Amino acid sequence: MTDSMIMVRRNVKHVVRNPTTVFNAVLFPVVLMLMFVYVLGDAFDVGENYVDYATPGLMLLAICYGLSGTSTAVASDMTKGVINRFKAMDVSRGAVLSGHVSTTIATNLIAVAAIVGVAFALGFRSPAGFLDWLGVLGLVLLTSFATAWLAVALGLAAKTVEGAGMATVPLIMLPFFSSAIVPADKMGPGIKQFAEYQPFTPIIETMRGLLAGTPSAGNAIAAIAWCVGLALVGYLWSTATFKKRA
Amino acid sequence: MTTAIHVSGLRKAFGDKTVLDGIDLEVAAGTVFSLLGPNGAGKTTTVNVLTTLMRADAGTVRVAGHDVNSETKAVRATIGVTGQFAAVDELLTGRENLQLMADLRRVADGGRVIDRLLERFDLAEAAPKLVSTYSGGMRRKLDLAMTLVGDPSIIFLDEPTTGLDPRSRRTMWDIIRELLADGVTIFLTTQYLEEADQLADRIAVLDQGRLVAQGTPDELKRLVPGGHVRLRFAKPGDLDAAARLFAGSTRDVESLTLRVPTDGDTESLRVLLNQLHDNAIAVEDFSVHTPDLDDVFLALTGRTNVELTK
Repeated sequence: MTDSMIMVRRNVKHVVRNPTTVFNAVLFPVVLMLMFVYVLGDAFDVGENYVDYATPGLMLLAICYGLSGTSTAVASDMTKGVINRFKAMDVSRGAVLSGHVSTTIATNLIAVAAIVGVAFALGFRSPAGFLDWLGVLGLVLLTSFATAWLAVALGLAAKTVEGAGMATVPLIMLPFFSSAIVPADKMGPGIKQFAEYQPFTPIIETMRGLLAGTPSAGNAIAAIAWCVGLALVGYLWSTATFKKRA
Repeated sequence: MTTAIHVSGLRKAFGDKTVLDGIDLEVAAGTVFSLLGPNGAGKTTTVNVLTTLMRADAGTVRVAGHDVNSETKAVRATIGVTGQFAAVDELLTGRENLQLMADLRRVADGGRVIDRLLERFDLAEAAPKLVSTYSGGMRRKLDLAMTLVGDPSIIFLDEPTTGLDPRSRRTMWDIIRELLADGVTIFLTTQYLEEADQLADRIAVLDQGRLVAQGTPDELKRLVPGGHVRLRFAKPGDLDAAARLFAGSTRDVESLTLRVPTDGDTESLRVLLNQLHDNAIAVEDFSVHTPDLDDVFLALTGRTNVELTK
């Protein structure tokens, strides 16, 4: 068993022991979905069935909601003596961090599955074929991986556990300023441009295209490029901060 | 005699604050070495450097024959560290914490090792409970048990009994003595003189980043004048008279007391009391003190308020 696997098992136990974090990560996006689709959905004119429009955006929102749990878990590891124990043992340096990343991806998958399940119950229908769904899964994994490394970096950079929770708020808010809930061209000036060029919009548009059975290569390339870029920034930032915090 | 830890010329500064200012020490395998010093003396920094958690600015440190900078992995595989704050995972049970260590150290037959440790540290009953429900003493014990998984041959204990009640402290001392009997080398920091005296084969006194003395507890005690008799008087006149009578005595005018050096045997005490009687000096209170590390520490660090008579 590798160090990373041992750390993943440790983190999974943490999650099971402290289910409120998963509960938040799964329940809140579902509540938001019910809000937007049931309560507000009819007020949005998006040119199609609203639940079909909103599902990809809410999948991304579900990913982002899981991130505060990651940051706080990392920060709490760092502020307690246990990290020094791992450091003074011959434990691979990356294992502690990649353990958190793996656990985040796992909880994200649960949250995204819950969103998709609720979406179907609310009347979501997709002409997407098996390969399209595979593409969606791939993009969910990639986005989750990239944002998880960012969340780990934020958790390491934070001085306190509470600070780590706060640091992820921008990541959680970002989907609202993308094409997740309404199309970007319906937004006011300034916000509109921001929404068009921020990383989550091409990711959401790629998923939307895949789920509608009309994938767009341009969006997919932008989405993958953003994910790789974010993952790299998060990873380098994390390892540099980890080294600095003896 | 093999050397377990060898340190020479160790220096460490944080910004412009020098924390360790040229430390040299040597710890023989299978002994207890105690680094004694007040808060802020640099004890934890020393432990951090010796356990590869921190890099020194200068000097060489070899642990179990391996250089801490160039052979970090080999050092880490040999040592066990119990820091000042219990490094336990609160969201796991006691057994799971030990299991985590057994997995990370790739201990074969981990289950039996864990059972034995739980038994030894009197934690068997608490093993299935979450550590967040443990008392401070239990956490310390679990912390040390986790350090022992994988049988490290050199163990660093950074203030292992700070904040423990006297009973838990005794238990910890017993455990340390057992470890020593198993042939483990122990590097212990403490701010309690009694602890160093009780446990250590050798003691180094650290003060403001420098070692001000090093030796066996007995050697250190010999550094200060031997035992003394403490005499308390009712009147300043008696104190003055007695101070004139006993050369080399130290007096404290405020408390009207006089410390008279003595080797503590009954004959010299009889002579002393006779002299007082012959000179008709009335003594209010009389007590005999053998030298302890408190005397050593105060003498070495210069922080003493005793005024010497001329």
